[in-house]
Amino acid sequence: MTANRQTLGRRAASFLRDWSLPRQLRGEDHRSDAARSTLSERLRPRLEHADHVGVSVCPYCAVGCSVLVYAEDGRITHVEGNPESPINAGTLCPKGATLFSLMSNPDRLTKVKYRAPHSDRWEERPLDWAMERIAQLVKRTRDETFVEALPDGTKVNHTLGIASLGGATLDNEENYLIKKLFGGGLGMVFIENQARVCHANSVPSLAASFGRGAATMPQWDLANSDCILIMGSNMAEAHPIAFRFVMEAKRKGATVMHVDPRFTRTSALADIHAPIRAGTDIAFLGGIIRYILEHDLMFRDYVLPYTNIATIIEGDFKDAAALDGLFSGWNPDKNSYDFDSWQYEGVVVPSALAEHYLDTAESFSELTGRLHERPPPQDPTLEHPNCVYQILKRHYAPYTPEMVERVTGCPQETFLKVAEALTRNCGRERTGAICYAVGWNHHSIGVQMIRAAAIVQALLGNIGRPGGGILALRGHCSIQGSTDIPTLYNMLPSYLPQPNAFKPQARDFDSFLDDETIPTGWWYNFPKYMTSLLRAWYGGAAGPHNGWGYHWLPKIVGDHSQLALTLAMDDRMIRGLFLLGQNVVMGGSNSKLIQRGLGKLDWLVVRDTDMVESATFWQKGHAVRDGEIRPEEIGTEIFVMPAELAGEKEGSFTNTHRLVQWHDKVVDGPGDSRSELWFLYHLGRRLKALYADSTAERDAPIRNLTFDYRTKGPRDDVEAEDVLREINGYTFPGRRQLKNLAEIAADGSTACGSWLYCGCFPEESHNQTRMREADGPDGPGTHRGWAFSWPDNRRVLYNRASADPEGRPWSERKRLVWWDEAKGAWQSHDGIDFEPDKRPDYRPDWSKKPEGMDALRGDEPFIMMPDGRGALFTASGLKDGPLPAHYEPVESPVHNPMYRQQTSPVAKRWRRPGNPLHPVADPRHPHVLTTYRLTEHHCGGTPTRGVPHTAELQPEGFAEIPPELAEELGIRQLDWIVLATARGEIETRAMITRRLRPFRIDGHTVHQIGLPWHFGWEGYATGDIANVLTAVVGDGNTSMHENKALTCALRKGRLTRSLARRPERDGRRGEPWTSS
Amino acid sequence: MDQQLTPYTTEAERTAGVRIEPGKRYGFFTDTTVCIGCKACEVACKEWNQLPAEDMSLTGMSYDNTGALSATTWRHVAFIEQVRPAQDHERDDGVPDRWLMMSDVCKHCANAPCLDACPTGAIFRTEFDTVVVQQDICNGCGYCVPACPFGVVAIDDCDGKAHKCTLCYDRLKGGLEPACAKVCPTDSIRFGELSELDAVARERVEELKAQGVEEAYLYGTPDAPGATGGLGRLNAFFLLVDRPEVYNLPSAPTRPSQRIGAALGAGLVAFAGLAAAAVTLLAGTRNGGGR
Repeated sequence: MTANRQTLGRRAASFLRDWSLPRQLRGEDHRSDAARSTLSERLRPRLEHADHVGVSVCPYCAVGCSVLVYAEDGRITHVEGNPESPINAGTLCPKGATLFSLMSNPDRLTKVKYRAPHSDRWEERPLDWAMERIAQLVKRTRDETFVEALPDGTKVNHTLGIASLGGATLDNEENYLIKKLFGGGLGMVFIENQARVCHANSVPSLAASFGRGAATMPQWDLANSDCILIMGSNMAEAHPIAFRFVMEAKRKGATVMHVDPRFTRTSALADIHAPIRAGTDIAFLGGIIRYILEHDLMFRDYVLPYTNIATIIEGDFKDAAALDGLFSGWNPDKNSYDFDSWQYEGVVVPSALAEHYLDTAESFSELTGRLHERPPPQDPTLEHPNCVYQILKRHYAPYTPEMVERVTGCPQETFLKVAEALTRNCGRERTGAICYAVGWNHHSIGVQMIRAAAIVQALLGNIGRPGGGILALRGHCSIQGSTDIPTLYNMLPSYLPQPNAFKPQARDFDSFLDDETIPTGWWYNFPKYMTSLLRAWYGGAAGPHNGWGYHWLPKIVGDHSQLALTLAMDDRMIRGLFLLGQNVVMGGSNSKLIQRGLGKLDWLVVRDTDMVESATFWQKGHAVRDGEIRPEEIGTEIFVMPAELAGEKEGSFTNTHRLVQWHDKVVDGPGDSRSELWFLYHLGRRLKALYADSTAERDAPIRNLTFDYRTKGPRDDVEAEDVLREINGYTFPGRRQLKNLAEIAADGSTACGSWLYCGCFPEESHNQTRMREADGPDGPGTHRGWAFSWPDNRRVLYNRASADPEGRPWSERKRLVWWDEAKGAWQSHDGIDFEPDKRPDYRPDWSKKPEGMDALRGDEPFIMMPDGRGALFTASGLKDGPLPAHYEPVESPVHNPMYRQQTSPVAKRWRRPGNPLHPVADPRHPHVLTTYRLTEHHCGGTPTRGVPHTAELQPEGFAEIPPELAEELGIRQLDWIVLATARGEIETRAMITRRLRPFRIDGHTVHQIGLPWHFGWEGYATGDIANVLTAVVGDGNTSMHENKALTCALRKGRLTRSLARRPERDGRRGEPWTSS
Repeated sequence: MDQQLTPYTTEAERTAGVRIEPGKRYGFFTDTTVCIGCKACEVACKEWNQLPAEDMSLTGMSYDNTGALSATTWRHVAFIEQVRPAQDHERDDGVPDRWLMMSDVCKHCANAPCLDACPTGAIFRTEFDTVVVQQDICNGCGYCVPACPFGVVAIDDCDGKAHKCTLCYDRLKGGLEPACAKVCPTDSIRFGELSELDAVARERVEELKAQGVEEAYLYGTPDAPGATGGLGRLNAFFLLVDRPEVYNLPSAPTRPSQRIGAALGAGLVAFAGLAAAAVTLLAGTRNGGGR
């Protein structure tokens, strides 16, 4: 009673004290804080309750934003941007800003969901049961489908029966174990990830031009640009945080230009928007190249010494202007080019690409020997009729402003503005950058689009210099990492080629090395990297006695890329599939064909954080929806396993500019969620146990695979740093960490999982990827103390080119690397992408047949190229020509106005039932269709569509159509419309906007329709799947699909659906999510 | 709490270059010319303030599926497409198309009408010169809702109380920049002391004019459009390049109390008129009836 009275009294007193009225009566202004309440008094930010905060990396796009993850009692309480990051400086895009909701989403998977063959329901199963079942299935399928040798005796040691998709959303360490266990251990060759359908084109085009298939500059360096061309990218929407640096440059006076079929949020912020018809980028860029040459605007002092502009090409070479769209060497019988006439006069030049040998059985080593003997023939006067300069002039002569307008639909005045701005901002004092993304990838001619940009930048002297370069903007958090440490079929880590069974030289290790080793330039080190990789994978079991275990590596026998993989499922070649964070039903071309293929598998393992379309295709897929098949008729055994996100696991991502950033583990993932590292390690241990007693030679790879990583914690999580230590490399058998590339040896004394990453873990206890010391505002701005970027922590690639041939910076304003005569060494705030003490006046002594780097001069900055020079003209490496030429997309509304050759002669077309293509100017499919992303969602969209805060921003699928077309068809805003191709039909909402405009092309009107491809049937923001419309066609070099430019039909209304044949049973219909 | 966690208590110094101290006046400067319409501000606000998502349907209004500020949406990005018809584009006449984007928010008015209207003292002015609805006091009377000339304050259906942007009152107390300003990729939303923001904003207008953007002006700074009708100034102010109405902002907002005289006068005149009419009519009737 007393206590109560006291409490009451206290409450009354506190009321009188706090109540605003007496305070105001006392004279406090009601506009002051006189009215402050108890709650307001005590208010503090909830971050102060956190008992743990870790640094993670946003798991969405490849910009690589650093985030702080706050947790309390093992639960995440908040996530926001890390102010220390030189990339995002605390900011985030709407996707990154909802990481808290993503990670703590109650809809996340927490248990293994199992669907037995022909079942109509999901059941929850214990994790351990699923792991053992999967291990058994893998072994059974592998044993049933393993091939040791082809009928002619060629060893292949592979299985085509199991495939794996995914890796771009995963850690480098996880990618490494996928490739190591699935490829090096089990012999799988169908190993692919999102990089194939995202930026596969960047690798050959940039590598064939400059030596490495990656962005040449860091994102933050855009702030130093005087001119930025964004083309093939909707940067402000798809990479908003990278766009910060564009805005910073613009504030400093840079001209920002956007060339794009649509007027987007990027166009809105650009100084110039040049509209073009989808798929005509080469015509536009070819026009720029012609403009530079015609008006003699190239940076001559740079181009002459640093590129192959003066190099003389074989006399019988003919360009596409001469042969109406084809180059010399076209072989109609083989449907491919012979490359002889493309070579330097008297010298065969291999490409810096891993895949340079594909499609040829000839040995390069015999042909390239002359590289040792003398420098490639050159004419510095540029007058020789077959020097690259003269060839460029002839080849691009037809690309006049009039022709640019005729092909692209862009008014020539606008085109000329872009050309003038680019050429105004080059030379000693000024630099310009080009940013591109999948808009130059999703084409049958995408490799050559990027090549055209490379030519423009080389001519303008914009490579290797501050504010200059080509920035490939990639779409997944570690898509660069999953390309470097490739979960891709045709490469081994760090761009070593996966051996091809049809190449005689690949039959044994010595001839493989001999054939792949380029005599001059950095790739001369090839044997060191290859041997050290085999040492890392097979440890002591590999040695000179068995060719370092080379024959344990599976050999490829053709195109095992994602498109081919999806068809191989449909053909029942593939029996089991892993989907490791890749939602192929959303992201793969011709989704109905893919869904059909998934339904023919024996088993399917889906690892993701949420239910994805690829897991529920048997319930809600198009074939079921359309009544073609009942779920009970689908025999696929399906495991859906909950996965962990960055912040719940530790590891490293490699961002779009090769920056390898470590993310900490802050909390455990919910329930039975596990990392891919955990999954792969424990699956690998189980498989090794299953094969332990085998004596068969075919099982030697999995038996001998080194797989001893430490585990920790109650869940036996794998020590991710152990995997990164192996990726970095160590001495063998001493296991001392390698400090840098120079320590890698060819004699088996070193093991190295991915040579380009050497230096990321240079000491047992020094993880450079976890270093987080950015340069302050007054620092040099290379941020070498923030994480690691390959190679050797260099930030700007080819940065030797930022100095003139004598080693002086081109200008003080654009200073980056310079030669210090007193020290006898190159100096820079960046890592030097050159031999550190090679004098600028060094010249090879050709009488001594110099090898490797000795054959490159002190003023040849492109060290990965056999001649040390940037390639305006690519003699080898690309299958569709040494120079970009405009071809129409495989499906086009017009005949090619430029050449008689309509499409890329080597474009891949998989003609088969279920994948029909539209003819040129097909009246049934008259409109151009282009697919794309929105800021608010990420790719296949399940994460953002499943998070309410991002879902509500773009809550439903729609197609953007120009008002002229809408009026013609009587379509009003938000009406239902049906888009149709020969592959399928989808229904969606009409978004009528002038931001899409019709073009007049060769006298008739071409309408473009825009379709975001995020939407599917899972999550809160739903819609029909755009990829139902797209076709399985691909770039001849990379098998990249062509989803940026195809043709379609449009009508008002909705789809009429056949009633599913599924009988009504116990009311479960429409409740497909009932689990046991 | 771990010692190493403390740096964030001065985080705003790193993210906004501002030391947050009670007694100083803070606000937002939203430069719409660098807004990329990403809506990170909308979601960062919802994530921090734990506000629910709302309607999941397309509006058909460009990329704006939020529609308006509400009790559970405290930042709203407006999209205004100004693209000319296709026939005007056949030749390049140098007139650029525009797609204006603006992140709208509570203006935290210097003389806040909502605060004036609040009968319970729930709405108060904080030590940072921001205007906050105190949830432990608010009784949901709703007087503040019509008082706001910008349509910012709203009553939530669930708890029946008034809600709006708090300018992240809790974060300011902890030395953190408000969530929307911190997250903004292009610094379109800038947080800071008003005196500094005013200077930055004026400089930005001059910079834009020098670049040929003659139409740039400030909305909400003292004596500028938006800061009319007795509002004094708007602590959250904007740089615009078109008329305020284009962004759905009132061109001359006023405090309701400013309108008392006029409203009362109008009411009295109307009353007098009605009375006169009634007298006339009734007199006529009576006259007629008298006959």
